[in-house]
Amino acid sequence: MAASPKLTVSVWRGMESGRFQAFEVPRLESQTVLDVVTYIQRHLDPTLAYRFACRVGMCGSCAMTVNGQARWTCRTHVDKVAAHDRLEVAPLHNLPVVRDLVTDMSPFFDKWARAHGRFRGTRTREDDFARVPPDAPQRLLADAAIECIGCGVCYSSCDIVAWNPDYLGPAALNRAWTLVNDVRDGGNRERLAAIAGDAGCHACHTLMSCTERCPKQLSPTASIAGLKRAAMVAALKGGI
Amino acid sequence: MKSGFRARNHPAYWAFIVHRASGVLLALFLPLHFWALGRALQGEAGLETFLRWSDQPLVKLAETVLVLLLAAHLAGGVRLLMLEFLAWRDWQKSLLAAAAGVTLAAGLIFLLNLV
Repeated sequence: MAASPKLTVSVWRGMESGRFQAFEVPRLESQTVLDVVTYIQRHLDPTLAYRFACRVGMCGSCAMTVNGQARWTCRTHVDKVAAHDRLEVAPLHNLPVVRDLVTDMSPFFDKWARAHGRFRGTRTREDDFARVPPDAPQRLLADAAIECIGCGVCYSSCDIVAWNPDYLGPAALNRAWTLVNDVRDGGNRERLAAIAGDAGCHACHTLMSCTERCPKQLSPTASIAGLKRAAMVAALKGGI
Repeated sequence: MKSGFRARNHPAYWAFIVHRASGVLLALFLPLHFWALGRALQGEAGLETFLRWSDQPLVKLAETVLVLLLAAHLAGGVRLLMLEFLAWRDWQKSLLAAAAGVTLAAGLIFLLNLV
């Protein structure tokens, strides 16, 4: 393939207010967007702020907005996204910008806590292991949602978060759904009460941007739909 | 930072826009609908005049758009209910296509009945 040797990259500089700065980066084979950003920081402008850790799609720290869409940059090949050898890299939407490409993820993770995203065990160390058959229906439901790496792509893509800053967001609700389906967990009454509020699962309008953009191909929309049903059943039974 | 069109350009978002816009337009049409029905209360002649007026080709065309809006809103609503209440499968996009198909079919049937 006769790729043009240079890539024109517009990178967001500044905080909430700022501007795009253009860089010329050598175009390489199998180059990822994270490679491009790293090249800029190492060779063109050492003051560029961005965040990454594992580089292999496990840690969820390198998500950015690439050509208008939230993506994990370490696993996004330039080939796939750079039409006409142009890239635009910006920080994630719906989160406060610390500087350049770095956002403050605190609101995102605070909402995991508000959605009771922590496992609440019911057994003691004296008890035997809980035995959960791999093909149990609840185990399968939890499995379908468990691989979230907390990158914030869904949260950044969600319009409901933009409309209602209190909305818990797809990732926190997805996490709550995995715990609702964890037969060992004892905190579901409080969890369902926490996620059934005005800023919880019922606020979702099923726009499905989270499902469309999730780099792990999870479907937070499916998890939220499950929570809506679970909350409804709990309310009918007088549980919440 | 706020997201723009590029972040929203996917089929499910378009389905949301169609559902929302058709709902708003249908709500705006409702007063006209009730007004037309209300004509019957004032006697047969008034309603008859209105119904004859509504036989004009342009009005019929507008009615076809109305049928399309209704079908789109209905099919979109059924799609949402299926997504939210039935066990989840990987056929959300097929549902979208089905909703669009039902909408077009309803519009075409109405048009065929006209000519």
